Amino acid sequence: MSQADTTVREDGIIDSVSGPVVTAVDLDARMNDVVYVGDEGLMGEVIEIEGDITTIQVYEETSGVGPGEPVENTGDPLTVDLGPGVLDTIYDGVQRPLDVLQEKMNSAFLDRGVDAPGIDLEKEWEFTPEVEEGDTVEAGDVVGTVPETVTIEHKVLVPPNSEGGEVVAIEAGEFTVEETVVELDSGEEIRMRQEWPVREARPAGDKKTPTEPLLTGQRVQDGLFPIAKGGTAAIPGPFGSGKTVTQQQLAKWSDADIVVYIGCGERGNEMTEVIEDFPELPDPQTGNPLMARTTLIANTSNMPVAARESCVYTGITIAEYYRDMGYDVALMADSTSRWAEAMREISSRLEEMPGEEGYPAYLAARLSQFYERAGYFDNINGTEGSISVVGAVSPPGGDFSEPVTQNTLRIVKCFWALDADLAERRHFPSINWNESYSLYREQLDPWFEENVADDWAEVRQWAVDTLDEEGELQEIVQLVGKDALPEDQQLTLEVARYLREAWLQQNAFHDVDTYCEPDKTYLILTTIKTFNDEAFDALEAGVPVEEITDIDALPRINRIGVQEDYEAYMDELKDDIAAQLRELY
Amino acid sequence: MKEYKTITEISGPLVFAEVDKPIGYDEMVEIETEDGEIRRGQVLESEDGLVAIQVFEGTSGIDKNAFVRFQGETLKMKLTENLLGRVLSGSGEPIDGGPPIEPDERRDIVGAAINPYAREYPEEFIQTGVSAIDGMNTLVRGQKLPIFSGSGLPHNELALQIARQASVPEEEEGGDDSEFAVIFGAMGITAEEANEFMDDFERTGALERSVVFMNLADDPAVERTVTPRMALTTAEYLAFDKDYHVLVILTDMTNYCEALREIGAAREEVPGRRGYPGYMYTDLAQLYERAGRIQGREGSVTQIPILTMPGDDDTHPIPDLTGYITEGQIYVDRDLNSQGVQPPVNVLPSLSRLMDDGIGEGLTREDHADVSDQMYAAYAEGEDLRDLVNIVGREALSDRDNKYLDFADEFESGFVDQGFNTNRDIGETLDIGWDLLSTLPEAELNRIDEELIEKYYGGDESVEEEATAD
Ligand SMILES: Nc1ncnc2c1ncn2[C@@H]1O[C@H](COP(=O)(O)OP(=O)(O)OP(=O)(O)O)[C@@H](O)[C@H]1O
Ligand SMILES: [Mg+2]
Repeated sequence: MSQADTTVREDGIIDSVSGPVVTAVDLDARMNDVVYVGDEGLMGEVIEIEGDITTIQVYEETSGVGPGEPVENTGDPLTVDLGPGVLDTIYDGVQRPLDVLQEKMNSAFLDRGVDAPGIDLEKEWEFTPEVEEGDTVEAGDVVGTVPETVTIEHKVLVPPNSEGGEVVAIEAGEFTVEETVVELDSGEEIRMRQEWPVREARPAGDKKTPTEPLLTGQRVQDGLFPIAKGGTAAIPGPFGSGKTVTQQQLAKWSDADIVVYIGCGERGNEMTEVIEDFPELPDPQTGNPLMARTTLIANTSNMPVAARESCVYTGITIAEYYRDMGYDVALMADSTSRWAEAMREISSRLEEMPGEEGYPAYLAARLSQFYERAGYFDNINGTEGSISVVGAVSPPGGDFSEPVTQNTLRIVKCFWALDADLAERRHFPSINWNESYSLYREQLDPWFEENVADDWAEVRQWAVDTLDEEGELQEIVQLVGKDALPEDQQLTLEVARYLREAWLQQNAFHDVDTYCEPDKTYLILTTIKTFNDEAFDALEAGVPVEEITDIDALPRINRIGVQEDYEAYMDELKDDIAAQLRELY
Repeated sequence: MKEYKTITEISGPLVFAEVDKPIGYDEMVEIETEDGEIRRGQVLESEDGLVAIQVFEGTSGIDKNAFVRFQGETLKMKLTENLLGRVLSGSGEPIDGGPPIEPDERRDIVGAAINPYAREYPEEFIQTGVSAIDGMNTLVRGQKLPIFSGSGLPHNELALQIARQASVPEEEEGGDDSEFAVIFGAMGITAEEANEFMDDFERTGALERSVVFMNLADDPAVERTVTPRMALTTAEYLAFDKDYHVLVILTDMTNYCEALREIGAAREEVPGRRGYPGYMYTDLAQLYERAGRIQGREGSVTQIPILTMPGDDDTHPIPDLTGYITEGQIYVDRDLNSQGVQPPVNVLPSLSRLMDDGIGEGLTREDHADVSDQMYAAYAEGEDLRDLVNIVGREALSDRDNKYLDFADEFESGFVDQGFNTNRDIGETLDIGWDLLSTLPEAELNRIDEELIEKYYGGDESVEEEATAD
């Protein structure tokens, strides 16, 4: 969070303290101003003003803080610091870098009352100008570039609220983020660092209909329920069903340029895992460390609730900043339910009128405002950029009828429903293929047909139909047993089993299987379809179903996922299946 | 220290008093009744001029004439290595007749959050000697893995078995497990259950390396909200200051949550699901997240909280919120228990999320992950078929299906049912796993690497042929 030059306004006095909510009197403040509370100067934000009483949500623990202590107003809203150095960093919910906090606090535990700027103010970056003296620039224009990480070239932008003007001076070379690199005739000085209030969307042009998939490297998503670049998706599921693993898979393997990963009210160890793994893992597109394209925001469940409320805004504002540079950004929020609960907790301390299940009446509005910040945009500088948002939802008792799931479903276009039953039998990812949907499917088909295979949609439809049929047959099997079914239906069950085991299932922890490119996703499907077609031919020729399903080659289908050299493997396998089946008649 | 005689209201576990100087949130309070009895409490809310105090030992006997003294600080735990071997009350006072505690340090029991950047990812295998856990839901140092149970089920036996047998394989070889400590936090358990634990601790000599916090069923409910915090503050001290590997057993979290609900109701808060406070997720997270490892420190805090699910329902807010915070869960199952399976662990809904990084070559054994995966799939399939068998009978099932049915039975009797006193090492556990898997045709083992099948699969081709022949 920024420690910008702050005009200190009138100070106030604490009147009451109740957990993260503090009221003050005599404070001259505006809504959403950042304030420092108590003798220790704990950071907080004004969330209600009523008469002389100002209500503040405090981003740190308040034990021991009492009435009578001072409250100091910064006069600024909650902002994030934007500039080179945001990537490859892990923040708390109000953009304090956790590594800097550890150093400043000299402790492995989070202390109170310590602030730190979101980006390093001392570090020098190599600035290369993109404009010349005499050029006219407007808000959003790129004035220069900085190699921020090995992967990402950072574009230094004219701030969105700038009037623009003619460039009168420009620098090149090593500068800190606070030094002026470009000066305009209006007297405006442009630096590599800018601030933006988190609760306000950064300006952009029109949203466009997304037509390109955000490839996830996960078969069930790319194959059945694809998400578009600029799209929105929700992953609801009970505890232990795989929300976090799915989000981490997307953070690792999706073909976004930038990843913003928000751990919102979840586990500390999960964030540690990301911190330890991402610097080691290669980005599938560039081979560079994944961390070079990633920003992490970790406000774990035991960290202050008010900072949990703000962490999603911190994250999406950072995402918008990179979108403005023309990048495709993917944002994961795990879990939006914890964010909603933070709203509920603060709302109840404010004694607001509760809505459904105690959530504030504005829950739906806040959720849609957040997801609305996703999209495929024409940027104000003429480039295109996108933000894809994937939110995990943790419904109490795994019951999707609760308010957060329901309100989210009204907004998002992709629904990846996780299923406790599938998770229990270790079918991962446990995305239920009957309940889930993607409204992007049709609009993305042309892309897959052009870039993967022209019968992409057709083959997928075959898979969907087969799985549907299996669902119906399973109901009968539950009553009479499999052997009572006619042979062709028994065969369908067998084909569907391979679809589930070899195609839908994908082991996130296997070195090879963890990532599956669209070509492989397609080829596995065609291999199973080859078996299907050959098997039905054999059946028609009078071969008993037991003999068909007993051929040697079949178990190899389940091993395609783990093959690195999959093309050769599948070619051989298809041939063997055909040959062995034809031998039977 | 100023003394007030200003109580204005007494309601359930809460006392309201007027004050003329600012009082801090969470500050400790002493209330002295007219007959000289001292009760301790904590400030829950402080609004200029009026404070709400939650009284640990209950409010009965307090009237408006009682004196209120504010201590000027939040609740602290007295810490020293000499706590090992001691039995304390639920609020940290000795109840074993031993000497008073001479603290090296006093520490706030609320405990600051560990900076995620400072954590070290837990991946050191703890061998519990229980196959259902080691083989299928491996526990690692620094993990929080609760036991989801129901009333009347042997969760305590399982917890004790783990506490007794827990070891880290390399330590066994080195012969040095002196740095292992157990912290036992009891909340609202019966005296009988408490005796069960204490007897076992004494019998096995475990008490010497344990610290026991006892809040029994007839102790004040409000005290239960501080017991786990006392226990965890002690655990953190022993782990991160004194290099112990600490195993914390908290039982019964259900009683803890009931106490939270009671306080919430007394404060007239807007209740959340089933009357539990809306902030219960955050509150529980502040306990459970106090498990882990820290970079550069030797010790670790591993938590095994026990909870009894009301009505055996895991969608009840207590198990539900717990499951959302902890790194997996172990289910103790009523049906398996009535079949006499000991420990009656149902592995299907059980999970250890930190398993993947704690097992494999060099940690446990190369085949561990695959064996576990395959057994899950096979047991789940067998379980499913049991329903069908009830309808159509075994004869109507295919040969393949019958093998899976047998597998499920064998899995329960041969793998899970090992008794509370058997300690199996991980090699033994995995070997039993292979024995079971070898009853299935080799082609069914599609989750196991081919090389591993070659090495470990003991299926007899002749048996298989015989089966297909008939
Ligand atoms: N794609 C996958 N491949 C292999 N295992 C998986 C996969 N997805 C999930 N799992 C298994 O499921 C476990 C639980 O997954 P995860 O932690 O993502 O659940 P969650 O839905 O985020 O739960 P919670 O709501 O409690 O955070 C993982 O630890 C892992 O063992
Ligand atoms: Mg999760």
